[in-house]
Amino acid sequence: MTTVTDQPAKTLEKGYVGQSIPRKEDERLVQGLGTFFDDVRRHGMGYVHFVRSPYAHAKIVSIDVSKALELDGVYGTITGDEVAISTDPFFEMSVEPGGLIKDYALAVGRVRHMGEPVAAVCAATRELARDAAELVEVSYDPQPVLVTAEESLKDEVVLHDDAGSNVVWSGVFEWGDVDQALAEADHVVKIDRLHFHRFSSTPLECAGALVEYDRGTGEWTLHCNHQMPGVGAIWMAPALRVGIDKLRFVTQDIGGGFGNKICLHPQYVVLCLLARKLGRPVQWTEWRTDQHTANAHGNERTFLDVEVAVKADGEMTGFKVRALDDCGAFPRYEPLGCIIWAQVTPGMYGWRNIKVDFTQVCTNKSPVSPNRGYSRMQHLWLTERIVDIVAAELGLDPVEVRKKNYVKAEQMPYETPNGCVYDSGDYAAALDLVLDLVDHGSIEERRQEAASRGKLLGFGIGSTLDSGTNNFGQSTLLNPELQFSGNNEAASVKLDIFGEVVVTLGTVPQGQGHETTAAQVVADIIGCSPDQVNVRRGHDTWFNSHAGFSGTYASQFAFTGLGAVKGAAELLREEMVQLAAAVLQADTDAIELADGMARIKDGPEEAALPFMALGAIVNANNAFLPPDFNPTLNHRYVCRPYFGMVDTEKKTGQLTLTYATQIHAAVVEVDPDTGEVEIVDYAAVDDCGVRINPQIVEGQVHGATAHAIGAALSEEFVYDEEGTLLTSNFYDYHVPHALDMPPLKTGAMESPSPVAPLGAKGMGEGGGGGIHCICAAIQDALASAGKPIVSTSCNPPHRVWAMLRDPESSRAGVTVVSK
Amino acid sequence: MAAPASSHGVSVDVNGEQIELEVPARRLLVHFLRDDLGLTGTHVGCDTGNCGACTVHVNGEPVKSCMLLAVQADGARITTVEGLAADGELTPLQRSFNEHHALQCGYCTPGMLMSATALLERTPRPSEEEVRVALQGNICRCTGYVNIVEAVVAAGGGA
Repeated sequence: MTTVTDQPAKTLEKGYVGQSIPRKEDERLVQGLGTFFDDVRRHGMGYVHFVRSPYAHAKIVSIDVSKALELDGVYGTITGDEVAISTDPFFEMSVEPGGLIKDYALAVGRVRHMGEPVAAVCAATRELARDAAELVEVSYDPQPVLVTAEESLKDEVVLHDDAGSNVVWSGVFEWGDVDQALAEADHVVKIDRLHFHRFSSTPLECAGALVEYDRGTGEWTLHCNHQMPGVGAIWMAPALRVGIDKLRFVTQDIGGGFGNKICLHPQYVVLCLLARKLGRPVQWTEWRTDQHTANAHGNERTFLDVEVAVKADGEMTGFKVRALDDCGAFPRYEPLGCIIWAQVTPGMYGWRNIKVDFTQVCTNKSPVSPNRGYSRMQHLWLTERIVDIVAAELGLDPVEVRKKNYVKAEQMPYETPNGCVYDSGDYAAALDLVLDLVDHGSIEERRQEAASRGKLLGFGIGSTLDSGTNNFGQSTLLNPELQFSGNNEAASVKLDIFGEVVVTLGTVPQGQGHETTAAQVVADIIGCSPDQVNVRRGHDTWFNSHAGFSGTYASQFAFTGLGAVKGAAELLREEMVQLAAAVLQADTDAIELADGMARIKDGPEEAALPFMALGAIVNANNAFLPPDFNPTLNHRYVCRPYFGMVDTEKKTGQLTLTYATQIHAAVVEVDPDTGEVEIVDYAAVDDCGVRINPQIVEGQVHGATAHAIGAALSEEFVYDEEGTLLTSNFYDYHVPHALDMPPLKTGAMESPSPVAPLGAKGMGEGGGGGIHCICAAIQDALASAGKPIVSTSCNPPHRVWAMLRDPESSRAGVTVVSK
Repeated sequence: MAAPASSHGVSVDVNGEQIELEVPARRLLVHFLRDDLGLTGTHVGCDTGNCGACTVHVNGEPVKSCMLLAVQADGARITTVEGLAADGELTPLQRSFNEHHALQCGYCTPGMLMSATALLERTPRPSEEEVRVALQGNICRCTGYVNIVEAVVAAGGGA
């Protein structure tokens, strides 16, 4: 169900943009004719299997590969010692101490998490590679293990001797004057500890690549599923001691990414080394267990000593918190998560006094990587928990307290305390829409009805922002020496000899429908049908349609990806019009492009050139064109959004450009005997400005909601005290199945972005709205059962049951000081 | 005692074509289809039989092809996703997936289609609940199942 409210008119003329045209990608995918990296074959290729550590922390005493090499059909091996000689450590983004960490493609001297690769074997078949890996003898000297950030912080055991501390990065952010706000508050609500748990989106296709090395040119080609090749190459090329021109990334169809395919550079470097060493193509497909154990988890974050300033009328004026982030064994993409959250510093609220004391540490767990909602989701969960705990403790209505404190529509564009600009939106109206969808007025009646069946009913709201189009300059707030700022993405559009319209993208879609939406944009600009636009599948460095930050991440395709497509299509359009005017001997003003033709407006029928004629003239029949007119009908455009510079002293700046609104509401029923939570009603409202393809937008809302429901109720990477992952496959790590998902109601609003090229905002990540609203709904459901506080983001039945049995222990962490 | 044979002859009908091949005893049916026959539409999403991306029909029944050895399929009639629109015409279910935006990355789609096709063969007009039950062995990480369920119900002629 979709409900659309009356909103301002779209910024574009009516055309294909804004229509739910069926996706162009689907025809091949529904026939099993997609091409994923694991479908690519090469003659003589070898299969790679990694030898992985069974220990969470150990010194490597010795590695003996001789028995593996004796096996018939084994092509070769590689170990950490060889990697340490033939590569340099990956570039680290942090200042000291984290910046001193040495991270290689394979473990060198020590393993720091279960599943860390210590060697790799390449053999003629998958089965043989796995057998040979079993024959590699590794002797370990186990070391004490750190599985919580709080333990790591003590530095009694240090994971990286080069750094001398487990702290990767720490810093204090303060905007406004939070101590004064607390002093002037009528109520101060204190929360000792909140914990955002460790999970990931676990894309159904695991990571991998087929890597070829060309000995003649020294170039590698990676047929792969890396979702951010621009930055992947920045990590890999210096480590391999080559120029970036030696790495060609090719992606075709990708089976989901969600950020979890950004940090694949260690494994890919091993593949590059093996391909060069063995003189043959090498292929690696990650096993599911390995993805869960040792690829990419989402950031785990603990919030300590929260203090919230609240006025008597329910206005919240500020908060302070100590945030402790656990990035696992290596800060691969980190410490960027230590600043990315600041894109949404105040959440959706108007408080002006905020202090965040942020520290990130390493532990003996899998490294993290961006994960749908990266770093902002954790922070938004904090702001939403604060609002609902304050509301519960002070007896305020969760709806009213939100409306009172939301940034108002008339304040847009709104500058946050740290200099970010919320570009557009009407949060209160979006909340009203979602309340209608779940029939909020009937909640008390439904609560009584549920009680008559012995169930505890609860209602919760999750208000989130999906901030899109990163300013990489925010990295300088972590490390002023970093030479990153701004953002960019490229695309090319050309008209070919028989009139074919061909688009190449720098983006790396993993299911977001870029081929369809790019075709819609191009079709409107050059006057044809999306069916006539061939958008090349995936990313290829050799398309020459990429830029330094190319990839699909950080909710930015709608801005930078389509902005590049629009820019290139407009350049093509201009030339097509000039060419048609020259051939038809008319003014350019008199030319229109429509129905796959260039023609004179209101002119005779024969005064028209089909695209085929334009393409043929330029490409194959151009002798009559004058020497000073040289159209190419082939245009590359780089979309470079403008941010301005960040202020590293005040830690302010425009950290991102667009803010999509997502408000979720859940109604749950809790079984007091088992702690089981059933979602009985659910709605999500999305406002991402202009929707290029509403059906695709709604699909992203569905998917982000499913991820959030899974995270809120079951998905958790659980470690024991020895650092062994207990949830390393889909048996133990339960993701929602068709029977687990409640019916989802969706609603949409359109508040066009005034800064985005098409008025469209990135929205695919969502802000974890489902996690926030389910936590709130569980807390509300349990209000009549001792009023426990929901202090963790994952609440499977055993946790809910524990809260029901002992509500006081969770309440002990919350105090209210009223004046 | 003689060592067990390390390879066996397998004779199967795959999408209407008779195949005779010698395969290693340990080869999984999914790897036989993908690596030996080049039918890469059948996908692998887990090591444990949970995700259903590898679902094919064996003698008309949906089966997770990672849970079967190729030699166990000897003599069987197998249909993979490539066999659904063998004559070039998409099936009503495949069209419905496109119309209802029932796929995003497309990785789970072949398995979903095979499970749902089997459902529609035995229950031509399934209810939403029947669809959810039939698809509970197939994991999708993109869609939240909303549009998949709608597409299957619609393909059966339901609302």
